[in-house]
Amino acid sequence: MISAYPITPQTTVVERLSEMVEDGSLKSEFMHVESEHSALSACMGASSIGARTFTATSSQGLLYMAECLHYASGGRFPIVMMNANRSLALPWSIYGDQRDSLSLLDCGWIQVYAEDAQESLDMVIQSYAIAENLKVLTPVMLNLDGFALTHTYEVLEVPSSEDVDAFLPPFQTPYKMDLNSPKNMAFSSGPGDNMQFKYQQHKAMLDAIDVIRDVDESFFRLFGRRYGGLVEEYRCDDAEMVLVTLGSITGTCRVVVDELSQEGWKVGLLKIRFMRPFPEKEIMELSRRVMAVGVIDKDISFGYEGTVFTNVNSAIAKARTGILTMNFIAGLGGRDISRQDIRQMFLHLQEGLLGLEKNSMQFINLRVAIDE
Amino acid sequence: MSECIAGRAKAPNALTITDKEFFYGHKACAGCGGSVAVRLIMKVLGERTFTVVPAGCISAVGFMYPQLCFTNNALISTFAGTASMMSGIAAGAKALGLKDFQVLGIAGDGGTADIGLQALSGAIDRRDKVIFVCYDNEAYMNTGIQKSGLTPLGAKTTTTPAGRNIRGSRTRKKNMFEIVAANGIDYAATASVGYIPDFLNKINKAKFVDGTSYIHVFAPCPTGWGTPTYCTIDLGKDVVDCGLWYLAEYENGEFVLNKNPKEFTSVKDYLSRQGRFRHLKDEDIEQIIRDRDRKWEIIRKSWKTKKN
Ligand SMILES: Cc1ncc(C[n+]2csc(CCOP(=O)(O)OP(=O)(O)O)c2C)c(N)n1
Ligand code: SF4
Ligand SMILES: [Mg+2]
Repeated sequence: MISAYPITPQTTVVERLSEMVEDGSLKSEFMHVESEHSALSACMGASSIGARTFTATSSQGLLYMAECLHYASGGRFPIVMMNANRSLALPWSIYGDQRDSLSLLDCGWIQVYAEDAQESLDMVIQSYAIAENLKVLTPVMLNLDGFALTHTYEVLEVPSSEDVDAFLPPFQTPYKMDLNSPKNMAFSSGPGDNMQFKYQQHKAMLDAIDVIRDVDESFFRLFGRRYGGLVEEYRCDDAEMVLVTLGSITGTCRVVVDELSQEGWKVGLLKIRFMRPFPEKEIMELSRRVMAVGVIDKDISFGYEGTVFTNVNSAIAKARTGILTMNFIAGLGGRDISRQDIRQMFLHLQEGLLGLEKNSMQFINLRVAIDE
Repeated sequence: MSECIAGRAKAPNALTITDKEFFYGHKACAGCGGSVAVRLIMKVLGERTFTVVPAGCISAVGFMYPQLCFTNNALISTFAGTASMMSGIAAGAKALGLKDFQVLGIAGDGGTADIGLQALSGAIDRRDKVIFVCYDNEAYMNTGIQKSGLTPLGAKTTTTPAGRNIRGSRTRKKNMFEIVAANGIDYAATASVGYIPDFLNKINKAKFVDGTSYIHVFAPCPTGWGTPTYCTIDLGKDVVDCGLWYLAEYENGEFVLNKNPKEFTSVKDYLSRQGRFRHLKDEDIEQIIRDRDRKWEIIRKSWKTKKN
């Protein structure tokens, strides 16, 4: 069952899905709703009786869903949703940054960020296998950078329906409303029981870590592509400085890392694929091998720092390696992040290592002088 | 033969209604009109019903884990999302090929006429086969008797206090029955827990509607209204007899009045029985009567009359 409400730049997805339902190539109900709140409510309704569901949104729409996001994860409904990452009003902007999903990092959904079109497609399929695993039963938010991934064309391999059906058989669960075995779900619980439910939710998210790896491996066996779990390292083996990325900016960073490596720099990148569950172990381990870690944030928690940085820094603090960390706030409201900008980030890291740069947070390409 | 087809001809009556309880062991106040409505609805619709209840008194008194009070499949929706969750269940059931079931929503006046109105309009627009029942106790009771869009003129609530300057609610009830009709709904009806056979008939009718049904049942609340617990059914009768509520249906694009009292009983008596209206002055009561008469003039002029 698909239920969705239009918002730029998610519209391409729901338009194509509507066409697929119309021409019969996708066997699904498509429900036209009057809001994102209803889109997710309808998905929860369908999921509560064991149907597989999909919705897609972006930005203001994701925020409009906020109540239902927590509801869906608390109710353990294995819904899969695509979010086209887009800036948040005010000022209005249809362009990409990642403040929408990152401001809802705590809503109990698994959050995955795709780098390119192929990963986006593959992760839709993988997301169902992760969400519906009975150890997980947690909804998945698949984030695609608005326009960069939603409105561009790339050559990609589309797996056959038969192969996908083999990989992803119909959803089966005992935890549903059932005419032969009635249940009351989505209930209230007082202080005596509530915390246990919340612990189970946390535990399921942690259990998802192994499931994510297993799903990726079985996906590889069938389709020949794998993404490597919570993170992907690129040229980190002998790197001294590593840049942490989320989403489509990873592509540009790969190019810069290649260029700088050719010039003799010891640099690498760590692509975070999952923000929840968080790759704590991987980051702790990386921090034991490198001298400096920079984090690109296409978001900011006003008055503090980027949310990805906060998370990465917390893992590094636990490793007690005391390495240099820096936060690069970039790309807000759709501002381009160029190769030059990324070079600049590595320069900041190098200056930091040399003790020439004291600020741990930098606004990249801000176009306005900063009063210190 | 399915229960649905067997029951098509007739709604249950006092003799034939099942003694099975579907909403049992809940913690509603003594004399709660809303919980009477829920019990009756479920007796008509039966166990093959998926019941959706948003935040509000009924979910608060019936869904406290591990004491879960519906014997059929049931869940709580978000406050605003009753109708969309119902639609999702209906669509999911269709996708899974389920047969012979009902999708029911039971929302309060606030969950219907205010925060739930948008989602309800969406379900009606899609003509989803679901039954949405509004149990109207004329305020946000669960949160402590605040004014809703269905609180009547003059009623004292905790957010429309009766004082020297303002005497209770300054707004009138939204006309939900005609709002859903204007939405092009397949079947809508008003009812009251004071007229139970009429209410049972309407629920039974909704069961067979191929599209969306809406039933608005007047459901007194002793706690919120300041009335004795034994007066609930009587108040539900009185409100219809004095003309401040009416029993009607909307079907095939037509409004039909089910009960056309020759003479109204006293509005003043109806109001003065309730703590929430006790502060009203004669001029306030006269205004309420003028509103009533204007409404009935229109009803009698333009609606058909037919006993349900
Ligand atoms: C989004 C949201 N806003 C507010 C509330 C608080 N709330 C819970 S129940 C309720 C009142 C319900 O009133 P009504 O729908 O008339 O049902 P009643 O309690 O009177 O039976 C309110 C305001 C909520 N649960 N969710
Ligand atoms: S407050 Fe009113 S509506 Fe709520 S349970 Fe008590 S009597 Fe029923
Ligand atoms: Mg109410």
